[in-house]
Amino acid sequence: MRRVPAAFWFLAPALGALAAFFALPVAASLALSLTDFDIYAIGDAANLRFVGAANYARLLRDPLFWVALGNTLYFVALGGPLSVGASLAAALLVDARLARWKGLFRTLLFLPVVTTLVAVAVVWRYLYHPRVGLFNGVLAALGVAPVDWLGDPRWAMPAIIAMAVWKNFGFNMVIFIAGLQSIPERLYEAARIDGAGAWAQFRHVTVPMLAPTFLFVGISTGIGYFQLFAEPYVMTAGGPGSRTLSIVLLMYRQGFRWWNMGYAAALAFVLFAIILAATWLQWRLRPLEGRT
Amino acid sequence: MAAVAAAAARGPDLSARRLRWLALHAALVAGAAATLLPLVWMVSASLMPAGEAALGPRLLPSAPTLEHYRALLGRMQLWRHAANSAGLASAVTVISLAVNSLAGYAFAKLRFAGRDGLFRALLAAMVVPGQVSMLPLFLMLKGLGLINSYWGVIVPGVASIFAIFLIRQYALSIPDSLLDAARVDGAGELRIFWSIVLPACRPILVTLAVFTFMGTWNDFLWPLVVLSDSDLQTLPVALANLAGEHVQDTELMMAGSVLTVLPVVILFVSLQRYYLQGLMSGAVKG
Repeated sequence: MRRVPAAFWFLAPALGALAAFFALPVAASLALSLTDFDIYAIGDAANLRFVGAANYARLLRDPLFWVALGNTLYFVALGGPLSVGASLAAALLVDARLARWKGLFRTLLFLPVVTTLVAVAVVWRYLYHPRVGLFNGVLAALGVAPVDWLGDPRWAMPAIIAMAVWKNFGFNMVIFIAGLQSIPERLYEAARIDGAGAWAQFRHVTVPMLAPTFLFVGISTGIGYFQLFAEPYVMTAGGPGSRTLSIVLLMYRQGFRWWNMGYAAALAFVLFAIILAATWLQWRLRPLEGRT
Repeated sequence: MAAVAAAAARGPDLSARRLRWLALHAALVAGAAATLLPLVWMVSASLMPAGEAALGPRLLPSAPTLEHYRALLGRMQLWRHAANSAGLASAVTVISLAVNSLAGYAFAKLRFAGRDGLFRALLAAMVVPGQVSMLPLFLMLKGLGLINSYWGVIVPGVASIFAIFLIRQYALSIPDSLLDAARVDGAGELRIFWSIVLPACRPILVTLAVFTFMGTWNDFLWPLVVLSDSDLQTLPVALANLAGEHVQDTELMMAGSVLTVLPVVILFVSLQRYYLQGLMSGAVKG
């Protein structure tokens, strides 16, 4: 019985902080999204009114919300699979049986993950420079006309996706390496005895055995990619013509630039609902174990 | 490529095997080179004389110079922001390690009613994105007078469900008999935590320390919102502001980026064993 009070004191600091700085604000955020909290309410709480679902209704009529939602979905739908694919390809290379200097390659490929997003976004902004950027320099050497990567509405989001894939693929690469190393060698031996070639082994041993890893990587990458913010903030300011405006960037502007906090809270909850739905969908669509 | 390697191991044909070896390593070297190119160019451009990067795409400086680093650290007082970042990251790391290791250990080894339900609820809460709590948190901290202060950055970063989870998973492997023996010997719970649990959890604590330090150092959105006073701003926030004012000064901006990235890269390279192992074990168990 002595242990009961001990557990309380061990948990109190963490749970207290989580309740105060996480659970309470999340609940308050829901309440906030039902009010017209704006710059006048910051000055005087008497200016605060309960407006029900008006913020959510306004959101559905706001063309900028649909633009931001479309951009964010574009980023997730293209960037997510590209990112996971790059991670898997890198993991297969680094973990290949023949590969030497595995630790070195793993570290080098992982390096972008630990770099500061803002700093490398600044770097990439210059790499994408239409006249003097390194990328167009490479294209020119290949005889391709220069592209205004961040200024062309068609290219701005793909350019941000390329940068995000570069920054993030190392993280999932390490997760995939851990997954690959946990596949028992005897499964490959059995497949070889059955006459399976390289592709058949990959298709029927590696991929099914990585199913739990795919699920983890897919869900965590999805959650992260829906929260796109710093890349467009630093590289394009949401432009050109809102083509890289993300939901979180819109929320930041509405909430912290223009102090429309009620509306921004509604945006945050819609983002949360979308993330929840995407996570649930991936969970439901996961391959059942043993289905090979 | 694992498939290619698997096929190579099977094949008795040595020259085909050598060809595969070459192709594999060519791909690895090309991949590593492409990955490092932006970082190499960042360092290289930071050493170019002012204006050289704007002349056209070039990889190496004609006459390397440290003038931009001198300007940033001297005239533009970037060291102040570096000190802010280092101080904040250290404070969050130390406090969060203490708070989360207490909770992680309790969830792993102390018995109390509702423990597993509470833990599952915490894990489920991990799906809530940080942006959802951000707006009211700002208003709360404003009410407490913590906006535009270091505490406004530290306080929300202290308790982490992910950290509690990692420590719990690790602490599960501590044998109960060890803890019970200490209790029989009359050791108090805090004493057991300090002299048995913490030393046993050392590897995961180092891992978490690296994660937390880097995460806080690299964080952008929250410090951007909380720290409006320029003197208090962290390196990434100061760099983003600088990028707005000095768009044309490519070389200066690259030097600023190097100064921002370098500390975390050094930290990672020197402690990568802990970092990567923690990541891999967390992923496999998670």
